Amino acid sequence: MTYDTNRIEAIIDAHRHRPGATLPILHDIQEAVGYVPEESIPIIADALNLSRAEIYGAVTYYSDFRMQPAGRHIVQVCRGEACQAKGGCDLEEHAKRSLGVDFHETTRDREITLEPVFCLGNCACSPSMRVGDEIFGRVDEVTFDEVIRDLKSNRGAN
Amino acid sequence: MATRVFVPADTTAASVGADRVAAAIAAEAERRGENIELVRNGSRGMFWLEPLVEVQSDIGRLAYGPVTKADVAGLFDAGFLKGGAHPLGLGLTGEIPYFKNQQRLTFARVGLIDPLSITEYEANGGLAGLRKAVAVAPVQIVDDVKASGLRGRGGAAFPTGLKWQTVLNTPADQKYIVCNADEGDSGTFADRMLMEGDPYSLIEGMVIAGLGVGATQGHIYLRSEYPRCWKVLNEAIERAREFGMLGDNILDSGKAFELEVRLGAGSYVCGEETALLESLEGKRGEVRAKPPVPAISGLFGKPTVVNNVITLASVPIILGCGPAFYHDYGMGRSRGTLTLQLAGNIKYPGMIERAFGLTLKELLYDYGGGSASGRPLRAVQAGGPLGAYIPVEDFDMPLDYEAFMERGAMIGHGGVVAFDDTVDMLKMARFAMEFCAEESCGKCTPCRIGAVRGVEVIDRIKAGTEPEKNLQLLESLCDTMQYGSLCAMGGMTPYPVVSALKHFPEDFGLKENHNPEN
Repeated sequence: MTYDTNRIEAIIDAHRHRPGATLPILHDIQEAVGYVPEESIPIIADALNLSRAEIYGAVTYYSDFRMQPAGRHIVQVCRGEACQAKGGCDLEEHAKRSLGVDFHETTRDREITLEPVFCLGNCACSPSMRVGDEIFGRVDEVTFDEVIRDLKSNRGAN
Repeated sequence: MATRVFVPADTTAASVGADRVAAAIAAEAERRGENIELVRNGSRGMFWLEPLVEVQSDIGRLAYGPVTKADVAGLFDAGFLKGGAHPLGLGLTGEIPYFKNQQRLTFARVGLIDPLSITEYEANGGLAGLRKAVAVAPVQIVDDVKASGLRGRGGAAFPTGLKWQTVLNTPADQKYIVCNADEGDSGTFADRMLMEGDPYSLIEGMVIAGLGVGATQGHIYLRSEYPRCWKVLNEAIERAREFGMLGDNILDSGKAFELEVRLGAGSYVCGEETALLESLEGKRGEVRAKPPVPAISGLFGKPTVVNNVITLASVPIILGCGPAFYHDYGMGRSRGTLTLQLAGNIKYPGMIERAFGLTLKELLYDYGGGSASGRPLRAVQAGGPLGAYIPVEDFDMPLDYEAFMERGAMIGHGGVVAFDDTVDMLKMARFAMEFCAEESCGKCTPCRIGAVRGVEVIDRIKAGTEPEKNLQLLESLCDTMQYGSLCAMGGMTPYPVVSALKHFPEDFGLKENHNPEN
């Protein structure tokens, strides 16, 4: 186990009094650990007086949550229509080809996990991609490669 | 006195380098000993010009754009702080035709002010609505909203005042105001721009809603794809609380309203109001059967107003300037202004706020300048991924809820995505089904299974496998989805599919004009 269970308990304690606390707890755990560990599910369920199935159901319903560690960076490429209208499909293909992975997969060096996203609200400067909290617009193959190169070379980033 | 320089902190401006430009301007000013005040405003909504840098001058705000980091030293050399001429100079921002030919009510302050400054907010018309609201009876607030003719801007266009009246009339120990900020439609970004550029207008609108219906708690359900909004809203709420816009004693009236932001988790269907409420309660974002409507039994079973960001942010104007002022804009039963978002393959993409009634043609060519690629436009999709594809022949349609509905289209949240003549409409129809399969909450069968079958059927049509038979099957499937689904996800996915088939039969391998009704 590479995470601190006390940390998880602290997150749960910070939110348990709030009505409908499941999502805020899951977000914070994922932020702290990088994913939602299976072992945390009964702890959350217990604290919120819900069943494990209800928590597991929520974790698996929302595409933001993952139960396995991702690569060091998550790169999201937008698949929305506004991006498609400006060559988004070519960008998707380029991303998959250049990284050698499909959507929802991680590169062998564990650096990049590639995910699709349905709209970043950046439609006026499409096509778009997101890394962490940063959104990139007017992305072509050259800028995509630059972003990836920066991510891989700058090991301390994020 | 320091010269005020404005560089948007808006997501889209930042996505094309605004943060780097802002940093370069700050560094260059420091190096040259120039006294500037750098303001990170919202975007003016002219995105082909982003990053758009503005300088405050005696005659108004002067614009330069699109500015890159490499242009910054040159701008200083040209004396842009004094309005010096430069190839990127655009003159007065307010005189740029795209901007000048708008009727900005809800977006009056977006791009103009420092988004987090309550002083600037108030100096530009903010808080007038709330001051009126704290002084009148709740029913007066609801009556004003009714009289304004405001309808929900999220897509369904339901009369806002009527919804509020229902919540006001439903007795309960607790009521809620929920802001739907799960702006998931591709091609839409007005909610995001407003929350980043003028967050207090949303907060003020929600407080007024609370006073109007007797709710003391509000939630903004924000999609997780908007990390900048998350930061701005949380900061704005904190400052609003300190100022007395929120809390136990709003503007010294003794009335109370609290507000918090909750983050979604990447589910499109949570933009549907009942799925959103489930999600706020911590559950899977599955749609609820209606009735009961949320106005009677909403969040945690309590009477709840669920309104879109733009709807709520329009309320302070209605209260502040009076319902007649707002009602004077628009046409027919579509009153007020519409915040249009022009995106996709378009030369001048952006946000345009205008009274209802502008035609698609005016929007796409007069504002949008035609396609970005220079090729002819072939279709637009209006109203997000569940909206119909509209062919060039129908571009004369006025932007009015009823006019769109008559032609089987919808305005929705006001997003218009343009495609040039290289678009493959079979591929777009397939994508609509694929998107539905991906995002369906799974509660009802027509949507959950229908979307998967839809992808398969379209693939068979593409492969030329019994095309006539499979086209019939596709139409029948769309009919089942449209009339058999619980919510708009499954119920409206057929709109893009059927409209693509109807207007672009040649892309489906059909030679003659194909009429789905036959």
